[in-house]
Amino acid sequence: MNSIHLVRDDLRPPGPPPRRHLISIADLTRDDVDRLLGTAHVFEGSLARHVKKLPTLKGYLVVNLFYESSTRTSSSFELAAKRLSADTLTVKSVGSSVDKGESLKDTALTLGAYDPDVIVIRHPQIGSPQLVARETRAHVVNAGDGKHQHPTQALLDLYTIQQQVGPLEGLHVAVVGDVLHSRVARSLLQAFDLVGIRCTLVGPPALLPRQLGAEMTSDIGAIRDADVVYVLRMQNERMQAGANYVPSLREYTARWGITPERLRPGQKVMHPGPMNRGVELDPRVADSADSLIEAQVRSGLVVRMAVLYDVLTGGPTGVRALAAAEVA
Amino acid sequence: MSAVEASGKVLLDADALARTLSRIAHEIIEANPSIDEVALVGIQTRGVPLARRLARRIEERAGRAPELGAVDITFYRDDVRVHGGEAPLHAQPVVRETQLDFPLEGRTVVLVDDVLYTGRTIRAAIEALFDYGRPARVQLAVIVDRGHRELPIRPDYVGKNLPTARSERIQVQLVEVDEVDRILLVPNPEEGAS
Amino acid sequence: MLWSKERQGDNVVFRGARVLDSVEGIDAILDVRIDNGVITAVAEQVSANGHRVVDATGLVLAPAFVDPHVHLRTPGREDEETIASGTSAAAAGGYCAILAMPNTDPIVDSADTLGSLAETAKREAEIPVGFLAAITRGQGGEELTEMGELADAGAVAFSDDGVPVASAGLMRRALQYASVTGRLLALHCEETTLSRGGHVHEGAVAAELGFAAYPSVAESVMVERDLSLAAYEEQQVHLLHLSAAESVAALRRARESGGRASGEVTPHHLVLTDEAVRSLDPNVKMNPPVRAERDRVALLDALRDGTIEAIATDHAPHARHEKDVPFEAAPFGVTGLETAFSVLYTELVEPGLLQLATLLERLSAGPSRIFGLERPRIAAGAPANLVLLDLGAVTRVTADGFRSRSANSWLLGRTLRGRVTMTVAAGAVVYDGRRLDGARPGAEAPASPAAERE
Repeated sequence: MNSIHLVRDDLRPPGPPPRRHLISIADLTRDDVDRLLGTAHVFEGSLARHVKKLPTLKGYLVVNLFYESSTRTSSSFELAAKRLSADTLTVKSVGSSVDKGESLKDTALTLGAYDPDVIVIRHPQIGSPQLVARETRAHVVNAGDGKHQHPTQALLDLYTIQQQVGPLEGLHVAVVGDVLHSRVARSLLQAFDLVGIRCTLVGPPALLPRQLGAEMTSDIGAIRDADVVYVLRMQNERMQAGANYVPSLREYTARWGITPERLRPGQKVMHPGPMNRGVELDPRVADSADSLIEAQVRSGLVVRMAVLYDVLTGGPTGVRALAAAEVA
Repeated sequence: MSAVEASGKVLLDADALARTLSRIAHEIIEANPSIDEVALVGIQTRGVPLARRLARRIEERAGRAPELGAVDITFYRDDVRVHGGEAPLHAQPVVRETQLDFPLEGRTVVLVDDVLYTGRTIRAAIEALFDYGRPARVQLAVIVDRGHRELPIRPDYVGKNLPTARSERIQVQLVEVDEVDRILLVPNPEEGAS
Repeated sequence: MLWSKERQGDNVVFRGARVLDSVEGIDAILDVRIDNGVITAVAEQVSANGHRVVDATGLVLAPAFVDPHVHLRTPGREDEETIASGTSAAAAGGYCAILAMPNTDPIVDSADTLGSLAETAKREAEIPVGFLAAITRGQGGEELTEMGELADAGAVAFSDDGVPVASAGLMRRALQYASVTGRLLALHCEETTLSRGGHVHEGAVAAELGFAAYPSVAESVMVERDLSLAAYEEQQVHLLHLSAAESVAALRRARESGGRASGEVTPHHLVLTDEAVRSLDPNVKMNPPVRAERDRVALLDALRDGTIEAIATDHAPHARHEKDVPFEAAPFGVTGLETAFSVLYTELVEPGLLQLATLLERLSAGPSRIFGLERPRIAAGAPANLVLLDLGAVTRVTADGFRSRSANSWLLGRTLRGRVTMTVAAGAVVYDGRRLDGARPGAEAPASPAAERE
């Protein structure tokens, strides 16, 4: 897949090499991914201590700019920055001047005046991270732009699979649900491609974008073969008048809901959250020992620490990819 | 694994290194009557096999082995500084694990490293150590002290004092990492503090 | 009816140009003389009569262009374009006449609004402008406008451009009633329940980037509906800004079975594909969107074989701050009057994909024929509507080089070959971009007024 270029990058005057950003999984090489996961693993060690902080990013400023409400992701990034001793500033659009119609460009310029080193942005429109990168000198980390990408989610998912299941190469993951509207799915597809994971997309026909060129089917039985079943949120909006992607939530749950009967013993289940219990995922499955959902949340912290470190420093070179034997 | 460098003057060969380690081990025992309270913590990367060898020699001589650990200082370095818009100062080095599987309280921790130069690595190692616990005291053992200190850090045990020019580099090679034991003096452009 | 500023006809002689008017059957090195705005001589050696002589050696002299699909944003968004700036831009692009779409604020759906636009045009328009009026009141798709009165007031055709006429029943009524006026219906074909919220073509690029998408069938389904209705009512229709291969196929079928239907295509649909959207540049966001390579090729083939008879820019100016936002938030539309010839020459004629004569015909004779306007032609006795082209000139497209008030062009930063050097519209020189030093034209004023009127 081609990478996404910064908006009007060619009109920028020549100068020092482009800053590192993490906007899309397409920005990363296989080596980058190995390095990030390796660094995340090292950070896990430090979190086991009493003094959980590392002084690595002391003096840096990390700004979280969240236009969509999200406790999970914004608090994960905030804590990740704090654990690395960075200063943080979290701006949520509700109650800020954004409400008064301030454009993204103007908000970026305002925040840019504080000279942040990193801006983490979640925004409902594709291309918003690139706009911020253009208008500021900060390194930009995409925490979700419209339906395009959510790269740190895909990375923490890879990390979770690596820790809980085993070496990534050759695994088979089934992604179930509303792929069409899912930035998580788009990031995952690229990430799986990078590390050699086979991916099958499963869901109602209207929610599987045919033109993605990935393996896809509407038959829920296809998940049997997978090592991990990754379940996407099924949103109410998809059923509303004029949308009609599926006739009703009941139909969705009946045909594509992940229930214990549909799973093999030992198959792992993941979900990016937040979950609609009883809709895409049976509560018994969500609470079972084979659910990796809690592990995903824990992984989020160390993976985001690794991302912040990496984006600012270019990361350590030569980290060995973690072999399965080293996985606890 | 680093490539074996052909160029450079050999300052210490394998025998000389072995003798130096034995002497240091002896000095550590003399300074610390109660080996049970001692922990040798090697600074990644080459400090780790050096600490292991010292621990073995101490065990041979004193009949008891000190605790053995390793500390990685990548995330404690003071030269991580990169400002928005610029490229990183250095390619960041290899990240290895920190392993301190014993409590530090009440112990004498002897940090072990191959070369002492500006002192910044030691400062970072001390900071890392204190994030893990509170040792009673911290000592420092190095094989080579090449001068040019930028911080008030002084070693307790030194293998050899080797004054050098800033443009030169001391390369310590160990069998565990480089397949050979020797210490070389290499003329090289300034790389980074160690 | 077309309106413009009062102008005296000019007296000029063009010497030694390659005169190219394929409809008149001329392609030769000739002189052309204009007396009081009328062409009086087209021959190998023409006496100058004391007129200003333009040395046109190495240049091409062709009938000036006609753009049947322009948004002048007046009334309502004069910050984006005015009749003055829009016609000035058109003049620089080689156009001698343009037709303006009615989706302004207010919509042009009453004779009063049309009348006041005509008055403004008489004061401001650098070249003749015609105005289309809406098919339905407020373009709401529910009630027909008073087409008879609007036609009498000078409406040149009818369109709800910007939105489709969603109801088939109403479309039929419009077809029936328009016949009374003798004016054409120009149709924006889009089934909005299929295109719903779509920002880009539904294809691999949209799937990968996560954009809500607008599939080809959203256009072709409506094209087929409108062509069927037009055939049933035996009415002529014109299809606006075609973008999809399926639409082209439907148009071809209708024409082959004897239907009187015409179509137009924009420069951007002839050059770009949805791959361009990867840049996330809002200046590549149009309605209908640029589609896949197979669609582009189908449009080009149709332009070549005459199934599509006209090139129309769909010039759609937008304020800078409105386009300086993430892609999905940006309005649809790009400007095009000042770059149409250059980009099509560079991308289609130079690589041998389209003949120059065909391009010139589709820019001029085609549109004027479809809308019943007088065809610009190079013949003694015809009013002078000419464009002088320098095929070797090289221009770099920059945001500050436009006469249009807006700079939302998909060509910013690009280098193009082939340039309009002079334009004569309705007998007057309306654009003279020649410089002794060969510098970039367009930004500076023409030569002193005295030189213009001899």
